[in-house]
Amino acid sequence: MDEFLQLFTFAFFKKALLAALFTSISAGITGTYIVARRIVFISGGITHASFGGIGLAFLLGFNPLAGAALFAVFTAFGIQFFSDKIQIREDSSIAIWWSLGMALGVIFVFLTPGYTPNLMSYLFGNILTVRTGELWAMLVLLLLLAAFFIRWFREILYIAFDEEFARASGIPVRFFNYGVMTLIALVMVMNIRAVGIILILSLMTVPQATANLFTRDFRKMMFLSVAFAFGGTFTGLIISYFLNIPSGPAIIFTLILVFGLCKLYLPCSSLRKELRTQRKPM
Amino acid sequence: MEKPLIHVNRVSFAWEKEWVLEEIDLKIFERDFIGMIGPNGGGKSTLIRIIMGILPPGSGKIYFREDLPRLKRPIGYLPQVRHIDRQFPITVSDVVRSGSLMRQTPFTSAAEEKEAALQWLEEMGIAFLHRKAIGELSGGQMQRVFLCRALISEPRLLILDEPDTFVDNRFEGELFEKLRELNEKMAILLVSHDVGTITSYVRTIACVNRRLHYHASPVITPEDLKAYNCPIEVLTHGDIPHRVLEKHNHHG
Repeated sequence: MDEFLQLFTFAFFKKALLAALFTSISAGITGTYIVARRIVFISGGITHASFGGIGLAFLLGFNPLAGAALFAVFTAFGIQFFSDKIQIREDSSIAIWWSLGMALGVIFVFLTPGYTPNLMSYLFGNILTVRTGELWAMLVLLLLLAAFFIRWFREILYIAFDEEFARASGIPVRFFNYGVMTLIALVMVMNIRAVGIILILSLMTVPQATANLFTRDFRKMMFLSVAFAFGGTFTGLIISYFLNIPSGPAIIFTLILVFGLCKLYLPCSSLRKELRTQRKPM
Repeated sequence: MEKPLIHVNRVSFAWEKEWVLEEIDLKIFERDFIGMIGPNGGGKSTLIRIIMGILPPGSGKIYFREDLPRLKRPIGYLPQVRHIDRQFPITVSDVVRSGSLMRQTPFTSAAEEKEAALQWLEEMGIAFLHRKAIGELSGGQMQRVFLCRALISEPRLLILDEPDTFVDNRFEGELFEKLRELNEKMAILLVSHDVGTITSYVRTIACVNRRLHYHASPVITPEDLKAYNCPIEVLTHGDIPHRVLEKHNHHG
């Protein structure tokens, strides 16, 4: 127990905790949109394509997250553009961008002279090594995201639910589609530090799936997702520290375990409720 | 002379160089009740989408009467429900309120708007569902919710694109009765594939099959349809007043 409490006095742990909080909020919000709109696969394409940017940054020696952001946003637009304008079927278009980014990343990393020590931490994430500068970037992005979603929550929700009707009511659908996609791409890149490219998608879908078991109201789902995401990242963080395993997988494993438990628990509880109400009228 | 609410003036539209609509001319006046029929792929939905401003017309223009502000379109719209994701996490109340987003003035509060949504749901007899998720509703209940969404902005014209898909006969009858009531207050343009049912409710008929033929009475004969190049499947329902039309096969 002492060792557990002592953890909170370490600067690296405080930073990790803040990172977990920022990550959970931003992933909780954008993930709800992703899950509700069924664009999980697009999001997967964007995260994986961002690897190309990380590779390029290694090769040219600039900040890998900046490279990732560049590739992620470019891919987000590219996928939209491909399916809007030159009529390539969307899932094929996603696969093209997804694999292009990964391939470029591998080539760039291969061309980079010497050893690339941090590569694994981008692929699988390491929330325990988050730097202060990255925390600030996360916070700024989070505020931007929150402002966008609060100011235009209804527009975003209505477009996600029924784009056709939103267009008919005069909402600038294209602006919001590109705007939200850009934010999603940036959020995913910022969260690479926490769980890594390979696992980031689960942070944006698993807590949402868990939340969806309890509510089918977009707003509530968003708040619940944030709660489940933070619960999972926090627990995963602790597990990762004490068992000395990588934080990313520990977080994802916790998230999925919670989903499984909720999924199992819910039918039991609703069955009990049913039995109770059946007994009453007698 | 009375000015039309909306004047579709010589509108044409092509998808990939194939004409879908040619020289469409249609005036919609206050208190009109127009039934729009036509074969699948005949351009009905495309025309509706052009009127709603979702698609730009290829050529021609749509005129709105001056007292209808262009941006806050006072047209209630019930799109086809086919593309709706029934599992989407959204409540009935939110769906209805989405109809009034662009009509909001700085003076309408969220509470007022929720109240208005509830009133419309009450009007349709489904107020008790307002907290439910859209996916928990039956086909008929869902159509009623979408009708509330179309009506919450208190439109001058109501456009319904095949509201009779996915609903049972009983609800269909109720829906058309409701529309007759609403027609006291607004013009209605009803798109349907089911000419047999709508002819007993609408006042006039417009048949769209690339071109538009306007028929100033709801009585329409197989000969008319043939003349209009309008091959439609005719369905009839026993428990609803209707005019039975002969089944015809005509390839246009």
